[in-house]
Amino acid sequence: MYGWLWRRLPGGPGRRLLWAALLVATAMAVLWFSVFPLLEPTVTLDEVTVRR
Amino acid sequence: MAIPGARSRPAYPGRVRIVLRTTGELSITAGLVLALFCAYLLWGTGAYTASQQLLLQRALAAENAARPPAVELGDAVALLRIPRLGHDFRYAVVEGVRAEHLKKGPGHYPGTAMPGQVGNFVVSGHRTTYAAPFNRVDELERGDELVVEAREARYTYRVTSQDIVEPGEVDVLAPVPGMPGLRPIRAYITLTTCHPEYSAAQRLIVYGVLKDTEPRKA
Repeated sequence: MYGWLWRRLPGGPGRRLLWAALLVATAMAVLWFSVFPLLEPTVTLDEVTVRR
Repeated sequence: MAIPGARSRPAYPGRVRIVLRTTGELSITAGLVLALFCAYLLWGTGAYTASQQLLLQRALAAENAARPPAVELGDAVALLRIPRLGHDFRYAVVEGVRAEHLKKGPGHYPGTAMPGQVGNFVVSGHRTTYAAPFNRVDELERGDELVVEAREARYTYRVTSQDIVEPGEVDVLAPVPGMPGLRPIRAYITLTTCHPEYSAAQRLIVYGVLKDTEPRKA
């Protein structure tokens, strides 16, 4: 999968590395700011109230 | 130097190789994403709390002079300081204990006493996520100060004891903590958070009683 992606990136090794870093950063940003906030309420590792 | 015969007979046929490699790559990716999610829970969620605390504390500061309005869900109730946990430990307590309220900071149980009132002022706070305001309340010892700066006065409570209870133990919310049905004659404070850390199995409870009231200068 990553090999296939790597071969599709344009330019020489240097430019490919930059592209790869940019793609990874984009993926991380989307997860951090969009996906994780949606998932967070389903995780109940920090229940602090008492209730019946 | 070429090695005769090398690469001519792969260990697996091409398609199996691709499936195995892709599965491995996806698994590693999933592991990294999970690690990033843990980092988000522990540190990323605090950014929202920090921004909300700024607003709440500003609202508290602005309201001091004015006549105190009725407190609604999501409003700031008072400023909580715990000197034992550091001189910069100060959180605006928000009204309400639903998830949306506790994201903003420690939450006051609606229906329990207000700061300084006779009865039980109950405050719940996160221990590991959303800036984790109550992360270190287990370090509180008997006699430690819990300072509640309300609009009308500064109330200083002192810690009396700690307890670990089951999540359904609602008696800790009673006007006399732990003794439902009893009529209170003193002002208590009760802090609740999760226990053990990173778990929803039990609750850590810190009890305190009002020792000192210092009215604010008008």
